[in-house]
Amino acid sequence: MAAALINVPKKAKRGDVIEIKTLISHIMETGYRRTAEGKAIPRDIITNFTCRYNGEEIFRADLFPATAANPFISFFTIATESGKFDFEWIGDNGFSATASATISVE
Amino acid sequence: MRFFGTIVLASLLIAAGIAVRSLAGEIPPSERRSGYSFMGRDLKAMQDEDTANPGMLGVLDGEALWKKKAGAAGKACADCHNDASSSMKGVAARYPAYDKALGRPVNLEQRINLCRVRHQEADPLPYERHDLLALTAFIAEQSRGMAIAPDTSAELEPFVTRGHDFFMKRQGQLNLACTNCHDDNWDKHLAGSAVTQAMPNGYPIYRLEWQSLGSLQRRLRNCITGMRAQNFDFGAPELVELELYLMTRARGMTIETPAVRP
Repeated sequence: MAAALINVPKKAKRGDVIEIKTLISHIMETGYRRTAEGKAIPRDIITNFTCRYNGEEIFRADLFPATAANPFISFFTIATESGKFDFEWIGDNGFSATASATISVE
Repeated sequence: MRFFGTIVLASLLIAAGIAVRSLAGEIPPSERRSGYSFMGRDLKAMQDEDTANPGMLGVLDGEALWKKKAGAAGKACADCHNDASSSMKGVAARYPAYDKALGRPVNLEQRINLCRVRHQEADPLPYERHDLLALTAFIAEQSRGMAIAPDTSAELEPFVTRGHDFFMKRQGQLNLACTNCHDDNWDKHLAGSAVTQAMPNGYPIYRLEWQSLGSLQRRLRNCITGMRAQNFDFGAPELVELELYLMTRARGMTIETPAVRP
């Protein structure tokens, strides 16, 4: 499983706008490069990222070859209830990684 | 008149002498600046926050490798060195260090590989492969925030001198020495990029241009290629000597590993 780093505030007040930051280890090979011998290097990228907040999808992104290695994705949401964020990255060659973080909302 | 002329000539010589010294001198401690200080706000923020710094992904992998058994001896780094947060604290701040058996200094990557061969009975990891970079980053990260304190033992002195000579020597088709940029023109720009002072206080670094972690030697080889000079293989004694000199030159600066650089 690829290493991932998640930054979600541990605590928030109900109604607060919170920032969620994610970083995942991935080479993001574009598919446009060639080796020194001229052989094409096949594409190997993350194509999709989703975030669920207590099961409900709150953020989704499609990724393309122009994204740099080790994609860093950050977004905002409103803290509505205590619970769990589930993150999922899906990509080429059957790549799949998950991570989660909890938040307590008062 | 003649007396007056002598005075003018003497003062000109003194002025020229001062100018020459200010060009060829080492950067005084109060003016030493980490590469960090040349970066923009966004890159600084990327390095400052562990969950935004991609170098930390390498550190995480390195931590896993630290505990993983390897080689015929079936030992992990942790089996001898236990908890890295105490046993490896300060190690990166004093490396490269002298290896008695080899009779020359070795850098952190080489020390890891010597440990693998001598104690784990495993194959050395190839230079710039992710595993070696990750392990080095994990070990060096234990010294984050500490001041660079190079080994001052007498046996290292000739190697430091050789590294210093290399730094000062003009070479390559562009006939440049390291000192021409990094002592004399570090506050200027080269094709829009800051020249910087060549301080080795954040390695292995996550360099955006590389989109990966990379060692100090990779960076040195980049510069040598840029000077269009004869390059050295990874692990070459010349590069280790240069590393050693750079560490003595950066004495007292804070370790930032894993640093982010553009």
